[in-house]
Amino acid sequence: MTKVFLALLVAGTVSFVSCKPKDADVKASVDKVLVINPDYSNAVVTVTDGVATLTGEVKDDATKAALEASVKNVKGVKSVVNNTVVPAPVAPPVIAADDPLTAAVKDATKDYPGVMATVKDGVISLTGTIEKSKLVKLMQALNGLNPKSIDNKLTVK
Amino acid sequence: MTLTEKYKPLTDAAAASGVSDLQVREQDNVLYIDGVAPNGEVKDQLWAKYGEIDPNFTGGDLVLDIKTSIDANVTKVKVTTESSNLNIRKGPGTDQPIVGKAAHGEVITLVSRANEQWWQVRTADGEEGYAYAQYLTPEA
Repeated sequence: MTKVFLALLVAGTVSFVSCKPKDADVKASVDKVLVINPDYSNAVVTVTDGVATLTGEVKDDATKAALEASVKNVKGVKSVVNNTVVPAPVAPPVIAADDPLTAAVKDATKDYPGVMATVKDGVISLTGTIEKSKLVKLMQALNGLNPKSIDNKLTVK
Repeated sequence: MTLTEKYKPLTDAAAASGVSDLQVREQDNVLYIDGVAPNGEVKDQLWAKYGEIDPNFTGGDLVLDIKTSIDANVTKVKVTTESSNLNIRKGPGTDQPIVGKAAHGEVITLVSRANEQWWQVRTADGEEGYAYAQYLTPEA
């Protein structure tokens, strides 16, 4: 009885030991896949009992699916848990409509008598003259009004 | 040189000086840098950086929208015009009638911030209306 128990214990230990490097080997194989494709450079894999868990960031859903399929094909991977995330798209800049922008530009330029300003298609056009010391303050105000751009042709005194 | 490269000293400075909600985007050959500076000094430093790259701001290729973070508890603002009195108007706009004036250097009550440009204020005399926010500096 004791011998059988010992045999089982030894067998168990051997199988336990042989399992460990296997996960490491599988991880190494998956890492090779990740290295090849630059789209996968921010993805990270861990392998436990043949289950590959992917974390990190990929650029879009197609890349996420392609990565998962590639990792599934790696020898020794039983299944894939895909926890990679696709970052939220960056919102485009807000551009003010011409009417509110024209009113806001009028308010902002009121105290600069030498400055003429017009607005068309979101672009603020500046002509006239301004003192250097006042230029930054005016530009700070105009840049805060959500213009498409500022065409500054002011002569700086 | 790309716009991102041209203005890299500026975006690096913004990131290093604690500007929150920092966004840098390029669209139709214009770079848009948005963010909220922790205080007015940081905003001015970033504008100085912009001035080093484009001294008179004539490039037409950058919209630098750096707002200043203001404590919600602030109730007093100082009139920081160059020297003149500050108009207080009935509504938010220079087309609105003037209902009062605040003297240069006077500290008045901030009632609410109607928008980025116009703040609702009240003078010690009880005159209430809207003033141009660029001429108001929050009192600590």
